[in-house]
Amino acid sequence: MKKLSEKLRSLSDSNLLLTITVVVFFLMYIGAMIFEGGGFLKVQTFFNILNANAYLIILSCGMSIVMICGGIDISVGGVTALVCMSCAVYLDFHNGNVFVAVLLAIAIGLAFGLVQGFLVAYLDIQPFIVTLAGMFFARGMTTIVNTKPFNVENEAFVALKNARIEVPGMGYYNKAGNYVAAYVEIGVIVALIIVALMFFLLKKTKLGRAFYAVGGNAQSALMLGINVKRTRFLSQVLCGLLAGIGGFVYFLHVGSGASTHAAGAEMNAIASSIIGGTMLTGGVGNIIGTFFGVLSLATIQNIVSSAGLDQAWWTGITIAAMLCIFLIIQSVVIARKKKSVKK
Amino acid sequence: MSKDKSNGSQFWNKIKRSQMLIPLAALLIMVIFNLIADPSFFAIKLGYSSAGYPVLSGYLMTILDCGSELAILAIGMTLVTAACGGQDISVGATIAVGGSVMLRVLCGGNSHPETMQAPIIVAFIVGALATMALGAFNGVLVAKFKIQPMVATLILFTAGRSIAAWVNNNELPIIKDVEFTYFGGFIPGIPIPTPFFIALGCGIIIFLVLKFTNLGLYTQAVGINESSSKLNGLNPDFIKFLSFVILGLCVAVAALIKVSRLSTINYSVIAKDIEMDAILAVALGGNKLSGGKFNMGASILGAYVIQFLTTTLYKFDVPSDALPAYKAIVVIALVVMSAPSVREKLQSIKKSLSSKKVSKEVA
Repeated sequence: MKKLSEKLRSLSDSNLLLTITVVVFFLMYIGAMIFEGGGFLKVQTFFNILNANAYLIILSCGMSIVMICGGIDISVGGVTALVCMSCAVYLDFHNGNVFVAVLLAIAIGLAFGLVQGFLVAYLDIQPFIVTLAGMFFARGMTTIVNTKPFNVENEAFVALKNARIEVPGMGYYNKAGNYVAAYVEIGVIVALIIVALMFFLLKKTKLGRAFYAVGGNAQSALMLGINVKRTRFLSQVLCGLLAGIGGFVYFLHVGSGASTHAAGAEMNAIASSIIGGTMLTGGVGNIIGTFFGVLSLATIQNIVSSAGLDQAWWTGITIAAMLCIFLIIQSVVIARKKKSVKK
Repeated sequence: MSKDKSNGSQFWNKIKRSQMLIPLAALLIMVIFNLIADPSFFAIKLGYSSAGYPVLSGYLMTILDCGSELAILAIGMTLVTAACGGQDISVGATIAVGGSVMLRVLCGGNSHPETMQAPIIVAFIVGALATMALGAFNGVLVAKFKIQPMVATLILFTAGRSIAAWVNNNELPIIKDVEFTYFGGFIPGIPIPTPFFIALGCGIIIFLVLKFTNLGLYTQAVGINESSSKLNGLNPDFIKFLSFVILGLCVAVAALIKVSRLSTINYSVIAKDIEMDAILAVALGGNKLSGGKFNMGASILGAYVIQFLTTTLYKFDVPSDALPAYKAIVVIALVVMSAPSVREKLQSIKKSLSSKKVSKEVA
């Protein structure tokens, strides 16, 4: 027992938070398998969680990077809605090309990232204020682009939306004895690629290490010869870009444009990052943790809805409660660190 | 003659330095804009309400009426901003909770009672206790656990409306008593909307509190430098906590006005986006969003200026969902102008201009 506690103590903050998240996720999922049974025993349920939350994984990756760099971006939900609406209008009203729609989505995200990054990094304005304005701007623009929600009927897009990637060996036999293959949507593949890319970026590249350095202590990062302003700028740009991509993945999943799309997505992304062990104070975080953060969040939502607490308010309350608990864990970790430094 | 001139320039300097300059200038720009675009904006008509009482109406009255909740919120938001260097973004959601609790108390068990089941004052006190408890929750997270205010309040920002719906079991209680509509409408015989008087009352109370207690001084001290205020014997955690509780009280007053306007509540729409307006009011009042010094009067004026902007936009048929886009542009313009690096640049440009002038005069 003593050994375990020693081992725990020797873990760095980042790894400790990551371990907590992964353990919480597996406990929750196994608990759901035992107590809820049924759906949770099927692999497809897990894949459905992935399908529905692929966009959130992408948004959360961006959010984690910004938070590691000491900033925050709460415009991602608004950008997602704006991307959906713009692409929907382009595809349906102008009979557009899907490929151009992807470019449009990326351009919108990038534009938000560039402007917000400039304001945050070079004009030194609080990121929260800038991105709050960004969020309201994006939501307002969504209604200006088109007021009414509608479904996209563009053929090429619908074909892409319905594309299923079957995962061999994971299916099950239904009651009639037919084999039903397990599948994931294209968005999941995109999300996994982005998780891998961002993991590589943060761990192996100079820029990734600069994000950690600036978030940990901007002053000493400056002393190390890191261009702090440019690093901050790039973190916001990257988050905007990922918001654009995530927006398109969301669009691919729902296939419609509406100003209420992705309501509260910024909150879910922040919550996932925090649950995944990214510190609000910056400098600590891990993309793998974020990935598990999203899964934990999605699993708890599924548990809540399959437990019969179907009313919409329970989701909001459980997410907020979970966020609150993890925030407090973080602040305890910080306090512990300060104490150990003093000793 | 020269004395007059110096007096005049002193006066100008005083105005230039005053925080009131920004909201007043913004107000002036909008007044001129409206005068040119459509002078009928300023018309005030004396009409009669359905019950036969005299009522003033017109766009200006709308501004006085609807800007009042915002002004009340701006009071609390200014204190929170000054003490913590961050803003509370949960005010819209907590208004929903406060309003929901009040209606629950007023309705008792039945959601459509014929008469109110409790006196309004009791409902208000219970609602205020609820919102102050939520404020205290935010305050503990910010003061004790040292979480950034905006992230800490993000929790209630998401959960608030859900809690509000949960309080009333997602039913929509309706109050039929006329008395209850007085707070958000008109008291019979008085042609000026009641919310304005409530805002005025809140303004006077906060003015007296700031004048006769050390609240303002302590709040600014904590906001400017937390550790040195601690060395001077203040308790920064408590001051921060207190600012959130005061904001909770302001939220309760605003919630009373909001639910009184409709005599019912819509959980997802009530006070939607009001957090943005409240922050905007504080920023427009020239207060630093990173904490420290504040000017309460400027914030309150700022709130009415925001409402002026909203009403102007409505008049030009901007749909309510698109409003945030325009306001966001105003926020960005404001914060960019007040950003230190931009200010320095502007000042250096000014200096180079004036030095050129001087050199010309010398020549």
